[in-house]
Amino acid sequence: MADAPSGGAASCIDDAFRRHGAEALATLIRLTGDFDLAEEGLQEAFAAAAVAWRSAPPDNPRAWLIAVGRRRALDQIRRRIAYRSKQAQLTAEAVIEAQTAPAEVDDAAAAFGDDDLLRLIFTCCHPALALEAQVALTLRTVCSLPTASVARAFLVSEETMAQRLVRAKAKIRAAGIPYRTPPRELLDERVLGVLAAIYLVFTEAYAGDPRQSLAAEAIGLARRLDALLPGRGAVQGLLALMLLHEARRPARYDAAGDLVLLEDQDRGLWNAAMIAEGLALVEPALKAATPPSPYAVQAAIAALHAQAATPPATDWRQIVGLYAVLLKLSPSPVIELNHAAALAMVDGPAAALPRVEALAARGGLDGYDVLPAVRADLLRRLGRASEARAAYQDALRLARHAPERRFFRRRLAELGQP
Amino acid sequence: MQYLLLIYSAESDEAKQDVPAVMAEYGTFTQGIVQSGAFKAADRLKPVATATTVRIREGKTLTTDGPFAETREQLGGYYLVEAADLDAAVAIAAKIPTAKYGSVEVRPTWPMNG
Repeated sequence: MADAPSGGAASCIDDAFRRHGAEALATLIRLTGDFDLAEEGLQEAFAAAAVAWRSAPPDNPRAWLIAVGRRRALDQIRRRIAYRSKQAQLTAEAVIEAQTAPAEVDDAAAAFGDDDLLRLIFTCCHPALALEAQVALTLRTVCSLPTASVARAFLVSEETMAQRLVRAKAKIRAAGIPYRTPPRELLDERVLGVLAAIYLVFTEAYAGDPRQSLAAEAIGLARRLDALLPGRGAVQGLLALMLLHEARRPARYDAAGDLVLLEDQDRGLWNAAMIAEGLALVEPALKAATPPSPYAVQAAIAALHAQAATPPATDWRQIVGLYAVLLKLSPSPVIELNHAAALAMVDGPAAALPRVEALAARGGLDGYDVLPAVRADLLRRLGRASEARAAYQDALRLARHAPERRFFRRRLAELGQP
Repeated sequence: MQYLLLIYSAESDEAKQDVPAVMAEYGTFTQGIVQSGAFKAADRLKPVATATTVRIREGKTLTTDGPFAETREQLGGYYLVEAADLDAAVAIAAKIPTAKYGSVEVRPTWPMNG
């Protein structure tokens, strides 16, 4: 910031918003005990900064924003309850004034340091909130995304998203969801809840190409969580998994926006820096706990793909083994399907097909386009064209995104008419 | 804050329970929250077959047999507890014996004097 050009108050404020916005908000929520008051206070603090920082930015922008934001929140309280009793005003002021003493001691503060951002993350991802509300609140407050961007990402109107955020904040207040990092006995479980919300941000962004920025937000959140709660296999595992998948994005779509399968991707387009960061995390993630976190095992599978210079060089045998581990750790039909698809690469499509058919018969994956797509691919490779065509039709019907639909249509065209 | 812990279970699941054992667990649980100071009130409700629903429509009192909503799980009792926050209330709710086969709804109450 020292080398910012003179009159660079605006860029200095942008920088402060990116670097300190979420932390300052998190601290203000703790000080005021109210999401809306904190948001309004911070907004006013940034507006004040536009004027005050013109001559010289403060040495500690974050502390400045918090101090001004807190004062503006107090003003806000005074205005809000002016029409109520003087007593109520004095009580509310006293509560906020009392909060300024940083002398709180709780389990989390003792174990991990007093970190408001972590409190904010755990509060936004509290299991008493619906997952979609958790995700919306996290993106809005922790990632500082405008409501309109969050709405676009989840394909709802801005008004609907604003309502969702209002309801989530109202529940935090009314139900008494605590603003804190959970104590030790709840922490593991609650970390998994936060990771599920982060992974939802990532998978939603991953499937729909234009919403690329959300993948970056998910990775950023996991990086922050890893920095705040270091050495957790699940956190490292999810971060590695997302990095290794995201690294392939430049190769996943061709110039026309069509889907390119892993085996057909130009591996030179993969993001080498992301792969290196992801690979470095896989070992520690796997070793952090016994048994390892399922995220760490999934990251190890992604790592094997990332390390193969060419598709035939892929270590499918080890991938099959890792899927078997994953099935033991967290059995799910999706993992079974992936296991079968990997098995086809080792033992051939004929060996894998009965597993996929059995999975389809059980009905646990109804509505999931990847199931008929895998089945179609196996049938295609076995030369059973008409059955493959029917399966691609099923996949086409279920596909949610345009690139997938175009891919299935392409396969259908390749198979020709019956 | 005060929270009402509403205890729901299916009567078919209730029938499968070892009643004396469950009653003993309830005794231990209640004693625990009385000692901790969280306990405010509690009641066990008679079976849903004894329920009557009342509505006033256009000035007329309509009385019908049965509960307001026909659901598989029925309200069977409640505890009113004092808890610092939702996590504390959920921790108490999780110790209610019926939570193992039924469910417990945790609802904050409006403070009546606020």
